Amino acid sequence: MARLIRTEKEVEGRYEEVWIVVEEDALDQWPAGPLKIVGRDALRVDGYERARGEAVYTADLELPGMLHTAVLRSPHAHARVRSIDLSKALAAPGVHAAIGPRDIPQLVDECGYQGVAVAAVCADSYGHARAALALIDFDWEVREPLLDPDEAVARKSTIADARVRERGDADKGLAEADVVVEGEFRTQVVLHNSMETHQAVVQWVGDGIDVYISTQYIWGIRDEVAEGLGLPGDKVRVVCNYMGGGFGSKNGADDYTFIAAELAKRTGRPVKCALTRREENVAVGNRNATIQRLKVGAKSDGTLTALVGEYVNAVGWSGWNAPTDGPLHTLYACANVRSTLHGAKINTPPMKAFRAPGFVEGTFGLESLIDELAAKLDLDPLELRRINHADHDASDDRPFSSKNLLECYRRAEPHWERRHEVRTRSTETVKRGVGMASQIWYGGGGPPSYAWVRVGSDGRATVVTAMQDIGTGTKTAMAMIAAEELGIPLDHVTVSLGDSSRGPYAAISAGSSTTPSMGPAVRAAAADARRQIEEIAEQRGTPDAPLAEVVAMLEDAQILGKGARGPNPTGMQVLTFGVQVAEVAVDIETGEIWVERIAAVHDVGRVINPLGARSQIEGGIIQGIGHTLSEERLHDPRSGTILTTTLDAYRLPTIADVPEIHSELVDEPDTHLTNLGSKGLGEPPIVPTAAAIANAIRDATGADVRQLPISRAEMLRALKEARERSGAKATV
Amino acid sequence: MLNVNGHQYELKASVGTTLAEALRDELRLTGTKVACAEGHCGACTVLVDGVPTLSCITLAHTVEGAKVTTIEGLREHPMVDAFVRSDALQCGFCTPGQIVSAVALVESTPSPSDEQIRHAMAGNICRCGAYPRIEEAIRTWQG
Repeated sequence: MARLIRTEKEVEGRYEEVWIVVEEDALDQWPAGPLKIVGRDALRVDGYERARGEAVYTADLELPGMLHTAVLRSPHAHARVRSIDLSKALAAPGVHAAIGPRDIPQLVDECGYQGVAVAAVCADSYGHARAALALIDFDWEVREPLLDPDEAVARKSTIADARVRERGDADKGLAEADVVVEGEFRTQVVLHNSMETHQAVVQWVGDGIDVYISTQYIWGIRDEVAEGLGLPGDKVRVVCNYMGGGFGSKNGADDYTFIAAELAKRTGRPVKCALTRREENVAVGNRNATIQRLKVGAKSDGTLTALVGEYVNAVGWSGWNAPTDGPLHTLYACANVRSTLHGAKINTPPMKAFRAPGFVEGTFGLESLIDELAAKLDLDPLELRRINHADHDASDDRPFSSKNLLECYRRAEPHWERRHEVRTRSTETVKRGVGMASQIWYGGGGPPSYAWVRVGSDGRATVVTAMQDIGTGTKTAMAMIAAEELGIPLDHVTVSLGDSSRGPYAAISAGSSTTPSMGPAVRAAAADARRQIEEIAEQRGTPDAPLAEVVAMLEDAQILGKGARGPNPTGMQVLTFGVQVAEVAVDIETGEIWVERIAAVHDVGRVINPLGARSQIEGGIIQGIGHTLSEERLHDPRSGTILTTTLDAYRLPTIADVPEIHSELVDEPDTHLTNLGSKGLGEPPIVPTAAAIANAIRDATGADVRQLPISRAEMLRALKEARERSGAKATV
Repeated sequence: MLNVNGHQYELKASVGTTLAEALRDELRLTGTKVACAEGHCGACTVLVDGVPTLSCITLAHTVEGAKVTTIEGLREHPMVDAFVRSDALQCGFCTPGQIVSAVALVESTPSPSDEQIRHAMAGNICRCGAYPRIEEAIRTWQG
């Protein structure tokens, strides 16, 4: 039965109180462990169409009469368009329309960052559109950019008010400590760089609009476009059958969708607006840089007495204040915790969510310093983490719905034990070591989310829902869940997704929420269909007949089951946990670092598809290695000009950078969470990687790295500092 | 005339057209993806006379007379099976290019070493990080 509740909704650490109509989750959870289909390796249901190049992505769409768009973006970090003249561009060959500042709200003349959209031209080819851009006459008033995040905070140029959180008395905790370690950590701007750039094709049809878009949130685009264009939601159809990666950057409609919509309206033609790779590197968001000034106090037995953090998120021109302070408050049991989180508004491109925003950065700082503490106390870093294990969420005094971090630690032991052997493989100049870091993050998903399941007389089922598979394998997971519940083979289930006009509302694919949000709805819909089939079997006098036999008599009739995601457990904190152990080699003469092995053990509740889960873990770790060692968006410190706009300048990991990866999942259903007991896995694996590598570097060399990426320069600086420290000790 | 996957096409494209543009826009063979359009990522890889070639920085008219093979011409190649079996793709956007590079490798070196795989595949970026699975697919492509 539908029930109206007031509940807390969480996406990527952002909470809001919302009214939601939920359906009771009447199903008992399946038993733990592998079932007939769920919990066993399954190949991707859409693997062949993607691998064979048959899948049509937004980038591959060519509608009849379609026009192509080029966008003029500000080349300056801070500037005003004094005047602009589109007439020459409009007269250029092949051009159909041109729009400029304030024609739509997404085109501006006050430019707060390099890459903000100013004008756009559509033409019969992209080449013509781009040639016409060069004919736009404009006059820039270039202004002094504000680029230093600390200065921005001092000048009160901020995205939001500073967030202060405290439990206990941190000053008292520091005073009681036998040992205090402190450090300033810095993390860099990281770009999503999805392989398919941000793009949309827009076509007006009657009094409605079709939007084909590479997105992580079909239904969100529907609502955003409807609101932006003043249309009823049901006049907006959003389609995304396949998309080429998002990682948090494709949650919204952005400028290109509205530019295409306006140009399509003016020309009466379908219009594509696709960003180039260079635009992708400035205009569609990034993981923001951070500064973290941290202090950790502990008793000599390792018990934490205080955790203190002063955080500055260098948010950029827009975005939100990601929870960089999150791990400080939730990872360990510590009575006294205090943090201040600033969000600096500066003239750099906007922040967008990027795979566990805030926690990736915050975990690097905190978990690095925890290991420094272990070194200072001469305690085993794993033991130190066990001593301070949090058995409930102390930040708001709630129990966890489930937590198997200690089990993760136990399973990590054999990998941690390898450190003795790994160290012996050091040479005069290449030092080897092992480090670990813990992971905590959200990933519980939540209502609302809906699915329908249709069963035909051929005994085959179709799952219908307006969700998207952004490459994580959620389409496969949904098919597995429906097949398990219906008791039919996996290849008898088709999943119809990717179209807002076809299926009911589905959750965003962000915050590791697709599987935990959608999975229970799909199972509920399949169970509803199964119940109806059982009722028919009973009426027929064959209550135990198999599904295929019962539906076979239906001819063209169909059984339609519907399902909804039930509420999250009241009063409980739903989080994901894990630990990673990294093995590195460091050349102490050149500062070169090789990650040689990473073992990952994560706890995300029930695992639907172990094969897909392993791929997620490996992918997260590899992105984490890029974040740790090579990726960095650079800007000129004076002008704010972005220096890394191509994939040779911005260094993504390649196959040659990949270490041996061992992955393991605890696979224990969260008994309080939905009919599945599953949490999400998209984000957790990237969270601890940087800190585990930094800690392995300390184990290998004694050097405390304080900055991402750990460039050779940073490595050599840390090595020099370590040498001076031990030299100073030796002379005392 | 452009020979693509054994078919002859009369190319209408102008002189400056890249092979990727000709394949995708003119011939509508959209299995070949373009992700950077400046030769940095490998998504657009096709075979030109068996040699892996970045079609986004190759002019279409320069390969007239050569044999161009795209993913559409390799759909029945066992490497496709190997990729799906090993879960060597996530979003799939780089996958056609990966498979084309992998096919070029095993056509010349049927049982490549890990080192050879890494060398041959280092020009194909996968942002989802399917690399360990790609390596496995190439190691096990012969079943």
